[in-house]
Amino acid sequence: MSTQPAMINRYRWYELLGIYAGIFAFLTFILAPFVEGFLVSLKPLSQLFSSPYRFIPQNGSFEAYRTMWVSVPGFARYIFNSFFISTIVTAVVLMLVVPAAYAFARFKFKGSGQLLGAFLAVNMFSGAVLLIPLFRLMRTFGVLNTYFAIIVPGVAFLIPSAIWLLRTYMMRIPRELDEAAFVDGASHFYTLRRVILPIAMPGITVVAITTFIGSYAQQFIYALTFNSKTEYAPLPVGLFAYFGRQEVIWNELMAASFVGIAPAMIVIFFLQRYLVSGLTAGAVKQ
Amino acid sequence: MSVQRSTVIFAWLLLLPAVLYVTVIVAYPLVDTFILSFTDASLKKTTNWVGWINYEKIFNSTFAEVIIRTFVWTFFSVSIKMIIGVFGASMLNSAVPGRALFRVLTMPPWIVPMAIGIFMWGWMYNGQFGMISGLLQRFGFADSPVAFLAQGSTAFWATIITDVWIGVPLVTLYMLAAMQSIPQDLYEAAWTDGAGRFYRFRRITLPLLIPSLITMSMLSLIATFNSFDIIWILTRGGPSGETTTMIIDTYHTAIGSKKYGEGAARAVLICIFLSIFCLAYFRVTSRLSSGDNR
Repeated sequence: MSTQPAMINRYRWYELLGIYAGIFAFLTFILAPFVEGFLVSLKPLSQLFSSPYRFIPQNGSFEAYRTMWVSVPGFARYIFNSFFISTIVTAVVLMLVVPAAYAFARFKFKGSGQLLGAFLAVNMFSGAVLLIPLFRLMRTFGVLNTYFAIIVPGVAFLIPSAIWLLRTYMMRIPRELDEAAFVDGASHFYTLRRVILPIAMPGITVVAITTFIGSYAQQFIYALTFNSKTEYAPLPVGLFAYFGRQEVIWNELMAASFVGIAPAMIVIFFLQRYLVSGLTAGAVKQ
Repeated sequence: MSVQRSTVIFAWLLLLPAVLYVTVIVAYPLVDTFILSFTDASLKKTTNWVGWINYEKIFNSTFAEVIIRTFVWTFFSVSIKMIIGVFGASMLNSAVPGRALFRVLTMPPWIVPMAIGIFMWGWMYNGQFGMISGLLQRFGFADSPVAFLAQGSTAFWATIITDVWIGVPLVTLYMLAAMQSIPQDLYEAAWTDGAGRFYRFRRITLPLLIPSLITMSMLSLIATFNSFDIIWILTRGGPSGETTTMIIDTYHTAIGSKKYGEGAARAVLICIFLSIFCLAYFRVTSRLSSGDNR
């Protein structure tokens, strides 16, 4: 009997071939734009704007990775802005979400279910739907064209999934721990700070990572609408600096894109184990 | 004060910051959108109450076309995401060497700032020098360059494919997790009874995936319906409005033309559609879970 799990997963050669062919097709779709983008960054402009199309660069070089800093001198600032904005967004989201998730995970009170539902419903509006009143709100507070204009709406729309993920994680922490601390005379606040927080740290880390990535990836619409100053522009908007009046400097645009995403890629490489489990744990096991 | 009562107060204290934040940044703007939709708010100093005029204007314009287009666009995008996602997940779920690496390689479109992925697609769609047009000509599927983003019919599908590409990683990883939470003994029992791989997939995996499939389709539906960056960067809703969805049209009206009132009316319509999706979702899931209990 003990051989069954191994037997069941044994593939015949043609099954293996089929699976690898399927994976190859799937990953080709996912990765083709990155491969093409990288090759574009190696080609000189004259070769890019010539037909017929060639996939492989001829006398390719990393020249664009040097000239991109010359064409758009402020590029480093855009990367810094993206990092800065994402860091602040993540910090604020955690401050709001950690206590809220604990409350939702542990306490049942009148209306708690509805309140949780209301938080999740926020996800519905994370598009252009609220831009007009948000624009007016920002103008009233005088924060248009500042970092705040990008940070404030960013936080709101990252709260729902963060609450959901962390609540699920905290629900798995045995209730007996809280009760033991409580019986020993610890206050609610002490229990949260000294008992729950240390145990929940892995979950909080996952939420921090996903929030950071979410913020890094989705700064476009708020930055486009609420900020017109290049000194505060994040990467996605800053890349438009490579769109010249006549034509787009494609090789430098692609080089700059890769330079801009390198930090995020390094993070993923080291944290992918947490990412996959964190992403899916909150969602599947309800 | 009873223990019960102090607990409730503590719970509310914990929730207060998040509740306040969402009230100011989401709930208030939502109410404001609704109110604005009945006014002629614009850059002018004065704002007048105009009743249903904004809504009448919408229905006298081409907006009906925009609504239909949004639904068609969303329908195809979500369906293709689900099909590719389930396919990808079942491939990555196989116990073959290298699968850990394959899973990591699935993530980039989701992790990378959306704008960057969209730029890459924009260049691939380029008619004269782009990769797709180039390959189509090389292999004889096209005689002359195909400018995908310059013609309505191809631009429509080009934006869908880019949206699918950005959405697929999340769907795949989610469906993969759902597949892995299916008890292994079910497969073993079926295997003992002589059921083949395909039969097991059809009779065990697929039926047990349905709840996750519904959840993911719903989340994907809402995100896709709200999709802005992709169409905005690739086509700005063009050529001649053929990729203009409700969100893009709202943006053009409200932010582009500064007609806040008319834009707000469009936003209210979007909210109504989104609420209908949510209600439908709760209906379906509650029916599913009550079915489990019986």
